[in-house]
This record gives sequence, structure tokens and C-alpha cells, in this order.
Amino acid sequence: MNIMNFIYAFLLLVFVFLFQTSITGINRKVMARLQRRRGPKWYQQFIDIFKAMSKSSTTHGWIFDFGVIMALGGIMATTILIPIGPFKAFADVDNIFIVSYLLAVGMLGMAMSASGSGNPWASIGVSRALTNMLAYDVPFMVLIVSFIYAFKTSSLSGFAALQQGAGILGWNFFRFPLGGIVALICLQGMLGKKPFDSFIAPAEIASGPMVEYGGRHLGMLFLLHEFSTFIEVSIIVHIFFGGGATPLEFMVKYALLYTFMNIISGVFPRFKIDQAVKFYYKVPLALAFIQGLIIIFTGLGVS
Amino acid sequence: MKIISNNSKTDKEDMRKIWEKIGDYFRANSIWMKWYCTGCGAIELPPTMTSRFDMERLGMGPMATPRQADVLLITGYLSSKTLRRIIYSYEQMQDPKYVVGFGSCTINGGIYYDSYATMKQLDNYLPVDLYIAGCMPRPEAVMNGFDTLISMIKKGEANGWKHYKENYDWYSRNQLHSLGEVYVKDEFHE
Repeated sequence: MNIMNFIYAFLLLVFVFLFQTSITGINRKVMARLQRRRGPKWYQQFIDIFKAMSKSSTTHGWIFDFGVIMALGGIMATTILIPIGPFKAFADVDNIFIVSYLLAVGMLGMAMSASGSGNPWASIGVSRALTNMLAYDVPFMVLIVSFIYAFKTSSLSGFAALQQGAGILGWNFFRFPLGGIVALICLQGMLGKKPFDSFIAPAEIASGPMVEYGGRHLGMLFLLHEFSTFIEVSIIVHIFFGGGATPLEFMVKYALLYTFMNIISGVFPRFKIDQAVKFYYKVPLALAFIQGLIIIFTGLGVS
Repeated sequence: MKIISNNSKTDKEDMRKIWEKIGDYFRANSIWMKWYCTGCGAIELPPTMTSRFDMERLGMGPMATPRQADVLLITGYLSSKTLRRIIYSYEQMQDPKYVVGFGSCTINGGIYYDSYATMKQLDNYLPVDLYIAGCMPRPEAVMNGFDTLISMIKKGEANGWKHYKENYDWYSRNQLHSLGEVYVKDEFHE
């Protein structure tokens, strides 16, 4: 680990910001076309973020400020561990456990900051967000642990390398269809898209954790959202869709997967939080267990 | 009662710094609104927002709370109770902020001109940057009004929030005269 790693990490952060924000903007356009609208400009998301940054902001105590910075810092620290195709800023730290633990720093910083604002809507939103996290993490971790057992690796690029060279049918999504479906359902929950967006719910709890944020704080939360979206989608692309032999291949897969999730989100209504938890503990958890048992006892799909 | 004009174009003809111009470009192209739907005007906003007129193509959209919003859109008449909440909401908004009065009721009371319980003129209490006249204004008029607001922000003419700060005494006196007291109770941080 030398100075070049840190320069790469910085470049990676800049790239992720530009890439993911463009994809989000394009997806707003896709969503608009889905609803037969013209939709905003593709760079609207950049304008929104910079505008939020250009406004003044208020504080609700130091926990409120510190939590935002802790969340953004935690998420950015996680982002630099994610490989983009074969490109990695730091070698050998793209482990799924490191990623999920560092991701939790960001989530908890966000929860701390939102609770520090003292607004009851924020508390309700945070409690729903954490409940949602508990719901999707259990089936997802069951799945990931059985994959780690099968492939004897826990690094993202290791999973990706094992799937490359056999074409599309070599992807884990096709070798383990049950697991693939569970992963996509869990990804929908991770991204907070419909039907699992009850913790944002603008018309019901006034955008939940974000209720007291304005100006620069809100701009930082938008940045945080872009980075965390990148992390979550990248995990699935690496583990289930073969990562990428080149960075371009990874980016194309990433964009297609994210757009697909967004289109699903565009046609669904919203689950209540108890319905979401019940759903996750019924269908995806059962499927994940079945997939795990298949992997452990028959080895079907593990070449 | 002395009325101060909001858009008094003094001799500061584009005295903005370069970063203020850039900021104004961003603020003009991304207008997030808090709809204060007091009256019947709210019914014109769903068609403005959805597929037919699609306000999102200009970067506009509804926001859930005053903290996140740039524009306070007051749709319809104001009673003395709603005026109090509007003042609270306005003071919670972050700084380059704009007020749009929507419909005749915010201009001169509209059909409630002789009611004892409505506020007749919104700009005695808050600095209104733009009025959209009509009873009710159709979505075409709303889009046209926001087009004007966008070009005002781009040119740096929508300075109601600065005006409010400079003439706070005058606004505060009017608010107190109509409401008795304006007191923001912050029960979480006492």
C-alpha cells in the first residue's frame, strides 16, 4: 500500500460520483418515459446536488452534524474498496464482510444524525430503515454464507473471477436461479426502492430520516445515497453477474441492472413495514434456505 | 400602512459575483417546492405534476418538508390560523427561498374579500416573489408562472428573502398586528 493506492482511491471516488449520478439522472428519464412524461434533463441529478450544496443550512446540535459527516465518510471509505471490473484501488480488501461492516458505519451514522434532529418523523423513519435492514439482511446473509461455503472465497473479485470465461451461463444468477431471485429481491430492499421504501414515504412520514435536512446537509445525503447505491448494486453485479473482465463490461452490467431495478420500482405500490418484514421472512428466506441446502448437500451449480 | 415594493430594481444592475451566478443557475434549474395547500388551489397541482404537463422536465418537484424546499407555494386563501403556520414554515426554509402566491385570494382576498377571518394581502406578511393570478389558475398558467420565476432567479431578481431580512421589522409588525403573537415553540431543544 503506497501513495498511488490513495490517488487511485480518490480517482475512484470521483469516477463513482460522476458515473452513478449520471445513471441516476438517466433513470429519472426512464421513469418519466414509463409514466409517459418527457422527464428531466439527464444531468438533473447533478443540478439538484449542486443546488443543495449551494444553499445555506441549519444545525440541530453537534450529533446532527457529526452523524452526516460520519455517514458520508463511512460510505466513501466503503466505496474505495469496491472493485470496478479488474480495477481495484486497494488489493485484497474487497472482502464481503469488510464491505458489510463498513457499510453499517454509514447507516448508523445516518441513523444517529437523523435521531439527533429530534423530529418524531425522523425517529419513525430511522426505526423503519433499521427494521428493513434486519429484514433483507437475513436472507441475503444466508445466501452469501452458503456461497462462501461453496466457492471457498469471500472476496468480491474472487466471486467475479470464478464466473468469468464461461459466457452468460457461467453467471451465478443462472447457475443458482433461486439464489439469484433472492438476491434481486434483497437488492430492491437495500436500495430502498418500491415496494420496500416505507422508511422514506414522503407523503406519509414526510421523507422519514431526511425530514430535518436542508441545504448542505441534504446535499451531503444525496451524495451519500449515490455512493451507497453504487456499493449495493456492485455487490450483486460481482457476486451474481460475473463482475466484469473490463471496467466497461462492469459498467454496462451495472447500468442495466440498476435500470431494471428502477423499472420494477416504477410499477409497484409500497409495502407497510410489517408487510415487508413478513414478506422477507417468508419467501426470500425460504428460497435462500432451499438454495443453501441445495448447495451444501447436492453441490448443484457448483462446478 | 406603508407598502414596500419587493422588486425594486435599484442601481445594483447585476452586481452578482461569479459564484452567485453559478449558484443562481443551479437554483433556477432545480426548484423544489413546499406546497402549502390551504385552499382549493391544490387541485390544480396534480395535473401540473403528472404526465400531461410534467413539471419535472423543468427540474421542479414537490418536497415533503419546508427544510428541503426552495419555494413556498401558497395555494389559495389564508385564514389567521394558516397564516401562522405559513410563517413558521417560511422561517424553517433554507436561505435562497422564494414565495409564490397562487390564485386571487393571495393577491386581494379574491371571493373572500369581505370575510372577517381571511388575510387579504399575502405580501404584507411574507415577501412574495411571484403571483399567479386566476381563480383558479389552470396548469398552463402555473407552468407559465414558474417559467417567469425561473428566469427571475437566473437574472438574480427574485430577492424576496433578502428583502424579508432587511425589512424584518415591517413584516414582523404586520404579522404581530394580525396574529397577536408569532412564537415558534421548539419543544425538542429546550
